[in-house]
Amino acid sequence: MATQHSRSAARLMMAPAVTLLLGWMLVPLTMTLYFSFKQYLPMRGGDLGWVGFDNYVRFVSSSAFWPSVQATLVLVGGVLVITVVLGVALALLLDQPMWGQGVVRVLVIAPFFVMPTVSALLWKNMFLDPVNGFFAHILKAVGLAPIEFLSQYSLVSIILIVSWQWLPFATLILLTATQSLDSEQLEAAEMDGARWPSRFIFIILPHLSRAITVVILIQTIFLLGIFAEIFVTTQGSFGTRTLTYLIFQRVLESQNVGLGSAGGVYAIILANIVAIFLMRVVGKNLDA
Amino acid sequence: MARAITPRRKALNTAIAWAIGLVIFFPILWVFVLSLKTEGSAILPPLDVLRAPWTFESYGLVQERSNYFRHFSNSVIIAVGSTFLGLLVAVPAAWAMAFVPSKRTKNILLWMLSTKMLPAVGVLYPIYLLFIRMGLLDSRLGLTIVLMLINLPIIVWMLYTYFREIPGEILEAARMDGASLREEVLYVLTPMAIPGMASTVLLNIILAWNEAFWTLNLTAAQAAPLTAFIASYSSPEGLFYAKLSAASVMAIAPILIMGWFSQKQLVRGLTFGAVK
Repeated sequence: MATQHSRSAARLMMAPAVTLLLGWMLVPLTMTLYFSFKQYLPMRGGDLGWVGFDNYVRFVSSSAFWPSVQATLVLVGGVLVITVVLGVALALLLDQPMWGQGVVRVLVIAPFFVMPTVSALLWKNMFLDPVNGFFAHILKAVGLAPIEFLSQYSLVSIILIVSWQWLPFATLILLTATQSLDSEQLEAAEMDGARWPSRFIFIILPHLSRAITVVILIQTIFLLGIFAEIFVTTQGSFGTRTLTYLIFQRVLESQNVGLGSAGGVYAIILANIVAIFLMRVVGKNLDA
Repeated sequence: MARAITPRRKALNTAIAWAIGLVIFFPILWVFVLSLKTEGSAILPPLDVLRAPWTFESYGLVQERSNYFRHFSNSVIIAVGSTFLGLLVAVPAAWAMAFVPSKRTKNILLWMLSTKMLPAVGVLYPIYLLFIRMGLLDSRLGLTIVLMLINLPIIVWMLYTYFREIPGEILEAARMDGASLREEVLYVLTPMAIPGMASTVLLNIILAWNEAFWTLNLTAAQAAPLTAFIASYSSPEGLFYAKLSAASVMAIAPILIMGWFSQKQLVRGLTFGAVK
């Protein structure tokens, strides 16, 4: 087994990865914390001294804060509901015997590989555009007025775009989990007279619960950071300014680094709360 | 045992699944169609678009309008570079964790994963500032390093799960036969680890190719990979549908193909082994 010699060799082999990640985590984090307690305006005077918790108070009391929290929750919640519900349905469907299963799976998974800027622009211009977009043409063809999707239904449009990107992820993971379901158990239940709804609620759903948890947690972490989709469509206007986008605007657009950094600290805390739950699920699997 | 199923039921499954699959895939298909039309016909109603003549001219015009191949090669260099740089650091670490596990291994792995959860926007300004100070802003090197760092936990994690599947007895047998550590790694471990490493490389190239936060914030004209280049179409120029479509098709096609090959690894890589 592992000798003293191989132990120290192992430590040496891990050192570069551990050092790099430690640096990547600690250096910017320390800087963000440092700036968050300062009034720091690079374009208007630079470092104007320590201000204590002023930035933290001002960030949450600004008029943009609560709407951004709301936009974030609606976006993340909306996408989660859509992707998980449709993902379960699609996974169960794709698990059924059919012709050309492999091809269908490839079609369904494809949007996940489209880069965020392309999928956002593709939807914005080719589909949601009120003049030349695909939907506008369809609406005109049936005699309805075209809709300004990205201004009238801005958040809904972004939820649509993001759901289209993440549905493949949910489907793929739930499909993997579905395939490990013991079909004999299902057959036994069917023979005992259990109808489809009860088979779904008492056998399929419990079996998928772990995969669903993982999908929700991982997606939440990625969805909280949604950026490109907003950047190339609405630029945060029409009620689509999420927490992430608000912080981006404070830091790089208005160059109020202290205020933005305080916002960043809030975002880090929020992400950590989600991460703790995810780590528990992943960690449990490590022991098994 | 597979369950018996009536042909009618199978036909119904097939029809529904294909219909849904085509709806989901349709936006990509439509962009492909538009990329093969002239600028004038790409904005017509859908049926007229289909009737319009087909042409490859937009693909040529994209290169004329902007240095498309520069951005394409930026994407290749950054995605491939960051992946192999990450591999260089991750292989020894994952090897050590898989074959010489200690009490702390699990905690180190989970901690590495937790760095992946750090919201990018929370550390945007510090990185931006460091990049300016070090002259890395809008450089391929800078973005390559950042993408290597953000994907490092996934690379370590994936390699670890693959390495752990290699039976330890084989290594012990090699050791008994007097193989040195170097020989063990080179002649026993590496051949067995190649499939896992290949999938890790594939998935990480995909992730790096599509990364959009750091790419948009840390690059401009010089080092911009395709994600950032395509974003430049969000200005009124986005109304050039055919050119935008051609640029998009060229940007997503290589990754789409790689992605289809890596479906299985995607689950493993993105759920950190929590779903098998």
